[in-house]
Amino acid sequence: MSDARTLAQNSNPLYRRRRRMNSFMMGVSTVALAFGLFWLLWIIAVLLWNGAAALRPSLFTQMTPPPGGTGGLANAIYGSVLMAGAGTLIGTPIGILAGTYLAEYGQRGWLAPATRFINDVLLSAPSIVIGLFVYAIYVSQVKHFSGWAGSIALAIIVVPVVVRTTDDMLKLVPNSLREAAAALGCPTWKMITLVSYRAARAGIITGVLLAIARIAGETAPLLFTALNNQFWSSDMNKPMANLPVVIFQFAMSPYEDWHTLAWGGAALITILVLGINIAARALFSRK
Amino acid sequence: MSAVLDNGRLAAADPSAAAVLSPRPPMLRNNALMDAIFRNLTRFFAFLVFSLLAAILVSLMIGGFQSIKEFGLPFLWTEEWDPVQEKFGALTPIVGTLVTSAIALLVAIPVSFGIAIFLTELSPVWLRRPLGTAIEMLAAIPSIIYGMWGLFVFAPLFQSHVQPLLKATVGQIPGVGLLFAGPPIGIGMLTAGIILAVMVIPFITAVMRDVFELVPAMLKESAYALGSTTWEVVWRVVLPFTKVGVIGGVMLGLGRALGETMAVTFVIGNAHRLKASLFAPGNSIASALANEFTEAVGELYTSALIELGLILFLITTVVLACSKLLLLQLAKREGVRT
Amino acid sequence: MSVAKILSAVALAAALPLAQAADITGAGATFPYPIYAKWADAYKKQTGNGMNYQSIGSGGGIKQITAKTVDFGASDMPMKAEDLQKNGLIQFPAIMGGVVPVVKLEGIKPGELKFTGALLADIYLGKVTKWNDPTIAKLNPGAKLPASDITVVYRSDGSGTTFIWTNYLSKVSPEFKSTVGEGTSVKWPAGVGGKGNEGVASYVQKINGAIGYVEYAYAKQNKLAHGQVQNKAGKFVQPSDDTFKAAAAGADWKSVPGMGVILTDQPGEGAWPITGASFILLHQKQEKPENGREVLKFFEWAFKNGQKMADELDYVPMPDATVKEIQTAWKGISDGSGKALY
Repeated sequence: MSDARTLAQNSNPLYRRRRRMNSFMMGVSTVALAFGLFWLLWIIAVLLWNGAAALRPSLFTQMTPPPGGTGGLANAIYGSVLMAGAGTLIGTPIGILAGTYLAEYGQRGWLAPATRFINDVLLSAPSIVIGLFVYAIYVSQVKHFSGWAGSIALAIIVVPVVVRTTDDMLKLVPNSLREAAAALGCPTWKMITLVSYRAARAGIITGVLLAIARIAGETAPLLFTALNNQFWSSDMNKPMANLPVVIFQFAMSPYEDWHTLAWGGAALITILVLGINIAARALFSRK
Repeated sequence: MSAVLDNGRLAAADPSAAAVLSPRPPMLRNNALMDAIFRNLTRFFAFLVFSLLAAILVSLMIGGFQSIKEFGLPFLWTEEWDPVQEKFGALTPIVGTLVTSAIALLVAIPVSFGIAIFLTELSPVWLRRPLGTAIEMLAAIPSIIYGMWGLFVFAPLFQSHVQPLLKATVGQIPGVGLLFAGPPIGIGMLTAGIILAVMVIPFITAVMRDVFELVPAMLKESAYALGSTTWEVVWRVVLPFTKVGVIGGVMLGLGRALGETMAVTFVIGNAHRLKASLFAPGNSIASALANEFTEAVGELYTSALIELGLILFLITTVVLACSKLLLLQLAKREGVRT
Repeated sequence: MSVAKILSAVALAAALPLAQAADITGAGATFPYPIYAKWADAYKKQTGNGMNYQSIGSGGGIKQITAKTVDFGASDMPMKAEDLQKNGLIQFPAIMGGVVPVVKLEGIKPGELKFTGALLADIYLGKVTKWNDPTIAKLNPGAKLPASDITVVYRSDGSGTTFIWTNYLSKVSPEFKSTVGEGTSVKWPAGVGGKGNEGVASYVQKINGAIGYVEYAYAKQNKLAHGQVQNKAGKFVQPSDDTFKAAAAGADWKSVPGMGVILTDQPGEGAWPITGASFILLHQKQEKPENGREVLKFFEWAFKNGQKMADELDYVPMPDATVKEIQTAWKGISDGSGKALY
């Protein structure tokens, strides 16, 4: 850091230009980061500002009202919980088992690489097409909308997420653990269930949590499957109220009280989803 | 429990003992059976996932068959969408999908690039994880929230402040001005494109950040040693090295943007008409489906909508597959298992 | 272990329907949605039975009832007799109301602007594009009309409200009839599409210089600035209970098979020119007779007890004589074995 050298550099116009270019670009990059964060903070602020009025206990205890009435989102919340729960229960075992095949048995053969490839494509597939698919194979066959149809659509969205994380987490389990189990005479299936799963448990749970966060906010697949319901219903075989479609309907309406409820529901979903995401990341990183 | 294990171990360790103990003890037989069951169970589910893609394609093709037969290939470039006359054409939704995605990428790529540079080169180490998580939160926010925020907050502001400004400045340039013609209504293709950009930024950023970190430190250090500035290292060393991965990330973002439904449905304006102006309302395939599917009267109308869904699925599948191939190619060069 | 708990909770929740009261589903027109929802709410409070109505648009109502995915469909566009026959459906009117033009302009109050049918047609054809156009100014000498563009808002989904609107415009403008025509979903020459009455009202609220068409209950509930329209007798009338009733007064429900009478452009000094009825569609042969009976029970209750609620929202309930005709028509609905259902 000699003065003479710095002086020499600073008097070199080419060097000065390069330095300026560098500062400029780094400044642009910081602006880009601020840009990204700006949208995030703006959206969250808007949600909390508008939804705060609706985030009352009555949101959870009263049903969706007709236009001009007061009410809450109880049946929509309940329906969403039921369908997300059913979708997760259906999709998680499929996802974990398929992911297990990819990680544990997938070293040879064509099925594993091909499935991995297709799984990643499905991961980002448009969810509205999944709704169309379930409509075609289920709703139009049984001739009515239902909570089950919605759950199936959600399960199809859950599966690729769980497959991906299970595959990744199981691959992270060191082979030495597997070899130790095999050396003790452990059959493969026991090794996987007792050793690999246990070692990757935190990661797999994280994957399931992320899948739940993903389906909590999905609207498009429920539009043609579960439809919606004005009342409280636990009948999964009938149209079921759900939070995203209710928000869609209420938000597109011209009624002020419906708007407030829509914001409340939106704030609720966002808090839930962001909470699950942050918790999942914290859980995994601690491991 | 230990006796059982002892039994198995004993048999495995001593072949002659195995001959003495034959027929094979029940534990070993059960294990072999269980192994086979478990292996085939997992293989079955893997195959299920594998065939899901094909199943979706087939069911969409069956549903859209009537429309495919009726309109054939010209469906792709016909603008007319007339439910009364039962004449349908996919041009407006396809163009709408492509244009909004193009706008999204145009905005998102430079921003994501900037954020990725910041996160890998500029940011202090302790800040990296929280900032990265914050950007990823943009991806976690559900699409319908973006739609609501877009319609209630962004569009009115856009209509009253930004659009008149654009009209007065860029709209005056001949030629380019055509893109900004028409009354500012707040909703429309441009609004949808910008909101899509914000939704897509976290995906492209995540991939860019991952591939930037793959660059061997030695390469970067060599460049620094020769007196390069940070920008020069990024532009001339990191980017060329990760070129393929960056393109893969961009295509991943594109795949997301193409399929985005709820956010676009709220703000695109739902008009089956092609106009040159970005201020004009339009339609994307996903928003046309969301708006019209539950009420399409008539077999042909429904079939035409399903055919739209098929087209969207094909486009996104191809884009996502290409993205995956590019990322695999980069990973192979690095010896990293993706 | 916790998985078992979750499983049992879901199983319990799924088994609860055994304790559920009868729930019927209907879908279709957004035009009558506010009143159907209000009736359903009151009906549930009184009888414990739920009527779940989803306003997905008349086109959707027709589609879903034909596909038998709902118990009844609702449409503002009456089905023609041949189509009713073909699909085995029976149709009856449940409620009447008016469609009104609504605008969003600075300083323009509800009921202030005057329109003629021909002017509305020209605006929707895209021929009149600015608010200070001479044709509008001539009708509204006192109003402050800005020089801004008109943004036309229409229904993006298949809608009976669109049918009533386009039917009226086709009656008063030959050019509209030949260019666009009438229907639940037409090819609009200009403008932006909103989903449902709600969507149109929502866009009109947000876009300065917008004009749209919605059912009157939506305009009233959201304090949108509706306009006066010139009727067949040449008078400019405001939309209200009285003008809707005046339009419906002359209707002969038996004149059209399936009771599909269209009430636009009716004669009468005080008649609102864009009035219509909303119809219910049911299958003649009910595959699920209990559901069919519940539907009829609901509407009988609504005809008897729903008058006041309809008046509150500015809908026009069916007159008593028509209700009797409707209930006679119900005798034609049979259950699986051919016996009359109700």
